[in-house]
Amino acid sequence: MNVMNFVYGFIVLVCVFIFQTTLTGLNRKVTARLQKRYGARWYQQFLDIFKALRKDSTSHGWVFDFGVIMALGGIMATVIFIPVAGFQAFPGLDNVFVISYLLAVGMLGMAMSAAGSGNPWASIGVARALTNMLAYDVPLMIVIFTMIFAFDSSSLSEISAMQQGMGILGWNAIRMPLGGIVAIIALLGMLGKKPFDSFIAPAEIASGPMVEYGGKHLGFMFILHEFMTFIEVSIILALFFGGGATIWEYLLKYAILYTFTNIISGVMPRFKIDQAVKYFFKLPLAMAIIQGLVVIFTGLGVTLWF
Amino acid sequence: MVLDKKDDRNVWEKIGDYFSANSIWMKWYCTGCGAIEMPPTMTSRFDMERLGMGPMATPRQADVLLITGYLSTKTLRRVIYSYEQMNSPRFIVAFGSCTINGGIYYDSYATIGRLDKYLPVDLYISGCMPRPETIMNGFSGLIEMIKKGEAKGWKHYQENYEWYKKNQLDSLGKIIIEDEFHE
Repeated sequence: MNVMNFVYGFIVLVCVFIFQTTLTGLNRKVTARLQKRYGARWYQQFLDIFKALRKDSTSHGWVFDFGVIMALGGIMATVIFIPVAGFQAFPGLDNVFVISYLLAVGMLGMAMSAAGSGNPWASIGVARALTNMLAYDVPLMIVIFTMIFAFDSSSLSEISAMQQGMGILGWNAIRMPLGGIVAIIALLGMLGKKPFDSFIAPAEIASGPMVEYGGKHLGFMFILHEFMTFIEVSIILALFFGGGATIWEYLLKYAILYTFTNIISGVMPRFKIDQAVKYFFKLPLAMAIIQGLVVIFTGLGVTLWF
Repeated sequence: MVLDKKDDRNVWEKIGDYFSANSIWMKWYCTGCGAIEMPPTMTSRFDMERLGMGPMATPRQADVLLITGYLSTKTLRRVIYSYEQMNSPRFIVAFGSCTINGGIYYDSYATIGRLDKYLPVDLYISGCMPRPETIMNGFSGLIEMIKKGEAKGWKHYQENYEWYKKNQLDSLGKIIIEDEFHE
């Protein structure tokens, strides 16, 4: 590890920000087309972020300010460890456990900051976000642990490299179809897309954790959200859809996967938080357990089907 | 009170105003009768997201406070609270005849007449009610005003705070709250 790793890390951060923000802007247009609207300009998301950074902002105390920085720092640190088409800024550190623990720093920073604002809507939003996390994490983690057990590796880049070279049939989402379905549903929950967006419900709890953010704080939260989206989609992409052999393949697959979740989100209503938990603990959990039993006891999925 | 339109911005403020003009987040204060005109403006027929406008959930996140229709003296207090929670640069768009001179409620004891005695209004959209075409036209005007640096009601409010405060207190009167938070 030398100074070049940090330079690469910085370049990764800048590229990820530009790519994901552009993609979010394009997806706003996709959502608009679903609703038969013309939609915002493709660079609208950049305008929104820079506008927010330009404004004054109100502080609600030390915890509120520090939580934002902690969340953004934690999430940016996590982005650096994500392997993109085999490229890593810090080689050998792309372990699933490293990423999920680093991600927790950002998540807790966000929860701390939101709760520090003292607004009851923010506390309700944080409580719902953590409940939602508990709901989608259990089925997803069962599938991921099954995969780690079966392939004897917990490195994202190794697992995605194992799926390459066999075309679409090599993807874990095809080898382990139930697990793939669970992963897509959990991805909707991770990204806070409908029907699992009860923790940011704008008309119900006034955008939940974001309720007291304005100006520069809100700008940081928007940047954080772009990075967080990249991490979550990348994990699912690497584990279930084979990552990408080249950078272009990776970015194309990424864009398709993200747009797919957005299209589903565009036509869905919203679950209440208790409905979301009950939903995840019924069908996805059952599918994850069945998938785990099949992989562990029959070996189907580790070996190819055909 | 007349707002001056002199352009005294530096280059960073000009760049910032470009972003502000193209990304207008609104807090709708719709206790009057105008709220029904907003859904058609937002949805597929008129689609205000084209211009980068959109509704936000709280005053902290918003740039524009949109006040539709008449304000009773009771809701005026809440509007002032909401406006003072917003972060500058912040703008007020007053909507409908009632905010200009009281409209058909001009002689009511329960509503206020002119809104700009209490808060610095940047733009009026007149009509009873303004149709979505008028709203879109009005907001195009606001975008131009922000780009040229003419929408500086928020600076005006800071500079003439005593005048506004006096009008607000005259209209609202003082209230005495006796609970554990106000001693």
